[in-house]
Amino acid sequence: MLFYITLFLYLAATAGYISYLITLKKPISLISTSILIVSFILHAAVITLRYPELGHPPFIGIETLSFLAWAIVGIYLLVEWRYKVYVLGSIVSPIAFILLLLTVIIPEGELHVPSYLRSIWFPLHVGFAFLGNAIFSLACAAGIMYLIQERQVKGHHLGGIYKRLPSLEVLDEINEMCLFIGFPLMTFGIITGFIWSNAVWKTFWNWSPRAIFSIITWLLYATLLAGRLSVGWRGRRAAVLAITGFSIMIATYFVINIIWGGHAFK
Amino acid sequence: MNIIVVGLNHKTAPVEIREKLSFQPQLLEEAHKRLLKAPGVTEGMILSTCNRVEVYSCVNDIDSGIREVKGFLSAFHNLPLERFEEHLFVCSAEEALKHLFRVASSLDSMVVGEPQILGQIKDAYQTSCKYKAAGVILNKLLHRAFSTAKRVRTETKIASSAVSISYAAVELAKKIFGSLEGKVVMLVGAGEMCELAAKHFMNSGIKDIYVTNRTFERAEKLAEEFKGTPVNFNEFQHTLHKVDILLSSTGATHYIIKPEDVTEALRARKQKPMFFIDIAVPRDIDPKVNDIDNVYLYDIDDMQGVIEANVKGRSKEAEKAEGIIAEELMVFIHWLKTLDLTPTIVGIRERGEEIRRKELEKALSHLNGLSPEQIKVLESLTSAIVNKLIHNPIVALKTHAKDHYRDMYLEAARNMFNLAEKEKIETEELEE
Repeated sequence: MLFYITLFLYLAATAGYISYLITLKKPISLISTSILIVSFILHAAVITLRYPELGHPPFIGIETLSFLAWAIVGIYLLVEWRYKVYVLGSIVSPIAFILLLLTVIIPEGELHVPSYLRSIWFPLHVGFAFLGNAIFSLACAAGIMYLIQERQVKGHHLGGIYKRLPSLEVLDEINEMCLFIGFPLMTFGIITGFIWSNAVWKTFWNWSPRAIFSIITWLLYATLLAGRLSVGWRGRRAAVLAITGFSIMIATYFVINIIWGGHAFK
Repeated sequence: MNIIVVGLNHKTAPVEIREKLSFQPQLLEEAHKRLLKAPGVTEGMILSTCNRVEVYSCVNDIDSGIREVKGFLSAFHNLPLERFEEHLFVCSAEEALKHLFRVASSLDSMVVGEPQILGQIKDAYQTSCKYKAAGVILNKLLHRAFSTAKRVRTETKIASSAVSISYAAVELAKKIFGSLEGKVVMLVGAGEMCELAAKHFMNSGIKDIYVTNRTFERAEKLAEEFKGTPVNFNEFQHTLHKVDILLSSTGATHYIIKPEDVTEALRARKQKPMFFIDIAVPRDIDPKVNDIDNVYLYDIDDMQGVIEANVKGRSKEAEKAEGIIAEELMVFIHWLKTLDLTPTIVGIRERGEEIRRKELEKALSHLNGLSPEQIKVLESLTSAIVNKLIHNPIVALKTHAKDHYRDMYLEAARNMFNLAEKEKIETEELEE
């Protein structure tokens, strides 16, 4: 029941943010934010209540989508509070809604939790990785907006889209902030992954596609971070890299995790 | 009584014609005098700005009035009518009133919403009053126009939105930089447009203004005015990396800022974005600069486009403004109609009858037991007094109905008999 209320509230927040996008009326954005905060809290309750029922943290199988949605919304709320970019809400709330909806639609097969997932390192590994993913998803959304807005300003088309999107500087700052916070989280996720792997299989590295793509994404973000700090990569280039990084991450998640069934554990 | 306007403006005439017909301030006294000498013209006001020359007048007959004013323009400027008649626009009665209200509210301006025009009309009106060319009707009309303009300014967003190029430049900069705090602006060359824009930037919290000019003294003077820093023109490219926003308007015939200058500056400032506004014609900045990442270049045409986009976005506000104008127009037309002979005489009679009846009733309530004959006598006595009292004023009004003093007499009579109580209060409100 609580689950469906949460789902409905995400839909309501989506409608709210989109009508704000159209009307640009301040009170609508405030209402939408309030709805989103309530759904975020309810969602936390849903996840917590389901924990004992599942007997494992929400990091396995379809439950991961629910956790990912929750993390994205939480980080978005922080970004909104800091930068007042309500427009981003009209991307984040439908994503949260769809992710949560998928957990109902996609049939969950009989899930037996193998013993190697019971290690303490596993939830740490996945927890960090997911928080990183959530943050990079926002960097990606901000990046898309940056590219659109940059096109408007450079092309001298200053119409409705231009008016509704935040300034280029704010979008680039969000990108930067997400990188500064997301990268360490992702790094922790990978390190704990090594430790977990070592604890279970007595080897730090296995050649699973998941692990390989994670390292590729990590290298990409590392390059962006280095470029930003040293020669001032920013704006368009940073936006494109953030979008590329997240696309690889999403592709890895869906193709490998859902279709191939997680890491190719031997 | 009819109000007409004959004139030309930026919509009807090119600048070469406008400048030929404009009135020098020192000639305005003579101009007003000659305008009033034209047969059938009772009041007049000349509005002459760089964008428009418009003659507002009250005339006895519309067609002959228009002919007279056209003749006046031609004779005064020593210019045959055929040379400029095709550029003239003419409107009368309600159309003329509406035109004045729209001009005063800045809806007819080249840059809609610019505030200067109201001041220019106020000056024109004062000049007209000074030379006794404005009478009862123009007085009332202009005050209505001022209050209309005031309402449009406070009740719609026409004036407050990004209307001028400089304002638009600041808005655009905010979309690029978020906040302008701590940003550095550079003025290259000195034009009025540039200085105006610099003033707008100053008010948005920028850190410093660099000013450069071919003559260093001029740069120093301007820098002092803006509390900025003068920069030597020969090496201003070397300070480019410190500049976030650059406004350029030199008279140079070739590009003075090239893509390689900008690329170099960007490297030195770690790719932080730069915003260039090129107001010069011919242009100062190579258009290829806009292709560089993190650089945004707008030339004068692009800025014009920004303003047009704003204007389109504000069509709703313009509709609201037209609504206000229609409302105010109705109030004025109502007043104008009452300023006719018949309603004034009827009004005076009604006022007299009203007082007579009231006083008679009061007296009768104290007098008991009067016979119907006695009451009849009282009735005719009071009627006779009232009629005698209002007889002379009415005769005076009728006598002057056809001469220059007509409106003055009518307005005076309306005030003396308190027929215009409502309008009077409104006028007083305006004059505070």
